[in-house]
Amino acid sequence: MQYSLGPVLWYWPASELESFYQQAANSSADIVCLGEAVCSKRRATTYPGWMTLVRELAASGKQVVLSTLALLQSPSELKELQRYVENGEFLIEANDFGTVNMAAERRLPFVAGPTLNVYNVDTLQLLVKEGMTRWCLPVEMSRDWLRLLMQQCEERGLRQRFEIELLAYGHLPLALSARCFTARSENRAKDACETCCINYPTGRPVKSQEGQQVFVLNGIQTLSGYCYNLGNDLLSMQNLIDIVRLSPQDASTLQMIDRFRANEQGQAPLMVAQGNDCNGYWRKVAGMTLAS
Amino acid sequence: MELLCPAGNLPALRTAIENGADAVYVGLKDDTNARHFAGLNFTDKKLAEAARYLHQHRRKLHVAINTFAHPDGMTRWQRAIDVAAQNGADALILADIATLEYAATRYPQVERHLSVQASATNLEAIRFYHRHFNLHRVVLPRVLSIHQVKQLARSTPVPLEVFAFGSLCIMAEGRCYLSSWLTGESPNSAGACSPAKFVRWQQTPKGMESRLNEVLIDRYAPDESAGYPTLCKGRYQVDDSCYHVLEEPTSLNTLALLPELLRAGVASVKIEGRQRSPAYVAQVARVWRQAIDRCMAQPEQFAVAPQWMQSLGELAEGTQTTLGAYHREWQ
Repeated sequence: MQYSLGPVLWYWPASELESFYQQAANSSADIVCLGEAVCSKRRATTYPGWMTLVRELAASGKQVVLSTLALLQSPSELKELQRYVENGEFLIEANDFGTVNMAAERRLPFVAGPTLNVYNVDTLQLLVKEGMTRWCLPVEMSRDWLRLLMQQCEERGLRQRFEIELLAYGHLPLALSARCFTARSENRAKDACETCCINYPTGRPVKSQEGQQVFVLNGIQTLSGYCYNLGNDLLSMQNLIDIVRLSPQDASTLQMIDRFRANEQGQAPLMVAQGNDCNGYWRKVAGMTLAS
Repeated sequence: MELLCPAGNLPALRTAIENGADAVYVGLKDDTNARHFAGLNFTDKKLAEAARYLHQHRRKLHVAINTFAHPDGMTRWQRAIDVAAQNGADALILADIATLEYAATRYPQVERHLSVQASATNLEAIRFYHRHFNLHRVVLPRVLSIHQVKQLARSTPVPLEVFAFGSLCIMAEGRCYLSSWLTGESPNSAGACSPAKFVRWQQTPKGMESRLNEVLIDRYAPDESAGYPTLCKGRYQVDDSCYHVLEEPTSLNTLALLPELLRAGVASVKIEGRQRSPAYVAQVARVWRQAIDRCMAQPEQFAVAPQWMQSLGELAEGTQTTLGAYHREWQ
C-alpha cells in the first residue's frame, strides 16, 4: 500500500506552504499531490511557485501530481488551467471534466480526482480510454460499492489499467458553490473578499445550535464537520486500494501517515472519538457516523 | 426561447401546458431521477399518456434520468431509458456517462440534454460531453454569474438551458455530498437531498426544532414559520453568530434577466419544482409565459411587471426571491 498527501485545501501563505512541503519532502509519503484545488482568487502561490515546490519534491524522491481547480467558471480560469495541463513534466489531477477534456485532447495521462462523478464501470472504461491512470474515489463511495465495481472492472479487463486511491483522512470536501462562505461569515461580498480565508488556516467551524460541529467553511468549499479517519479500516482496503490519501490538516498530518503505516495490519489502532472523527462513508452509512 | 416547466404528475403536466409551457419535464417512479419522492412521478403507463397529451398539443416531453447508475443496478437505469424512449420522450435529461452512452447508442434519435447534475460549468466540460455523446442541450448549474452565462453562450457548441425560477440549489449541482454526509443519501446516489424520512419537527421549550437525521438544522421562534430542514438552509453558529451560514430559505427568480438571457441566445428557461402542486405550476407558468411573450415582442422595452413579482414572491420559499449566483453580489 502506498500513501499520498492530497492537495492542501486551505489557503496558506506562501511561506507556510513552503515550510509544509519541506517537511513533506522528509515524510514517509510516497506521493505528493499539490496545487490550488479550491479558488482561483487565491494567488499567494502562483504557477511558478507551484512548479518550484513540485520540482523540489520530485528531487527529494517523491512522486508528484499537480492538482487543479474543481470548479471552473470562466475562460480566464481555463486559460490558467492550460498552463498546468501543459507543464510538460508532471502528472495532473483533473477535478472537473473540462480538465479531463484538456488532458485527453493533448493525449496526456491524468489522475481522476475525487470531485469527478465516477460511480460505475462504464464511466471508468471511458476515462481509461481518455488517459486516466489513477482514480481517486468520490468521498461518498462505500467499500461495498467499490468492491462490486472492481469485480466489474476485472470482468472487463480494466482492473490493472489504473490505480485506485482513497481519501482516507481529513475533513472531507463535500460541496462547492459560487458563493464564498468565508467572506459571507465576515459580512463581505465575494468581490471584496480580500481572500480572507487566509486568516483561517484550518477553515471556520460551523456548529449546530446545540454545539455539534456540522461543517467547516473554506472559501467556496464546504467540508465535513468531523475528520474522516480510516486509520482503523486499513485491513478492509487490502486488494482494493492501492494508494491511501491523507488530506493535509496541518503539519501533524505528516506524522499521521506513519501512524497509518504502523496500523496496516491492525497492530497499532488509532484513537478516534465520537463527535470528532468519522468513518461512515466507507462503512456505507451516513458520512458523519463513527462506526466501531 | 422555450419555457420548460416541471410536472410531478399528469394534472401538473396538463396545467403547465394550459398555462403556456412549451415543454414539460418529468421523472419515473424510482431512484433514476433527482426528485425521488414518495407519491411523485410517472409510471410507464402515465408516461405514455403524458407523451400523447403533449404531442397532441405540439409540445415536448423531457424525461429526467439524472442520477448515477449503481454498480448493482445498471439495468434499472437502462430500463428507465428504454421506457422513456419507447413511450415518446423527445429528450432525455442525463448526467451519468453510463446513461449517456447507453442512450446515445440505443436511441440516437432521442435528444440528449446534459443534466445540471453533470455539473458542466465551462466550455471544456461541455466539449467533453459533446465529443462523446453528441448533445442537443446543456443545463447550466446555478453557479454562474450572468456575465459567465453570456461568455459561455458565445462559445458553446451546444444550446444552453438555464434555471429561471424555483428552489435555489446553491452548490454546484451533482457535486454536493452534504446530504449523504448527514443521512447517507445524496442526490447523486439516492435521487434526493435531505430526504423526508430523516426529517423530524419537534416543539420544545426553546421553540420548534427541525432536525435531519437528529442533527439540529434550525430552531424557530413562536412568530416564525418553520420550514423544511434542507440542510444548506439551516441556521448554524460560526463563533458567536447564529445565522443562515450557507443560504436563507429563498427561491431563485430571474425575471429581471430575461432580456439578457434572450439576447445571449439561451435556448430554454427552466422552472424548478417537480415536487410542487399543479396550482403552483399553473401560476408560475402563467407569469413566465406572459413575461417571455412580452420580452420577445419588445426586448428593449421589457420591464418586470410588479404583479409578476408579487405572484412569484407568494410562491417562493420563505416568500423571498433572489437572483442567486447570476448576480455577483449574491456570491
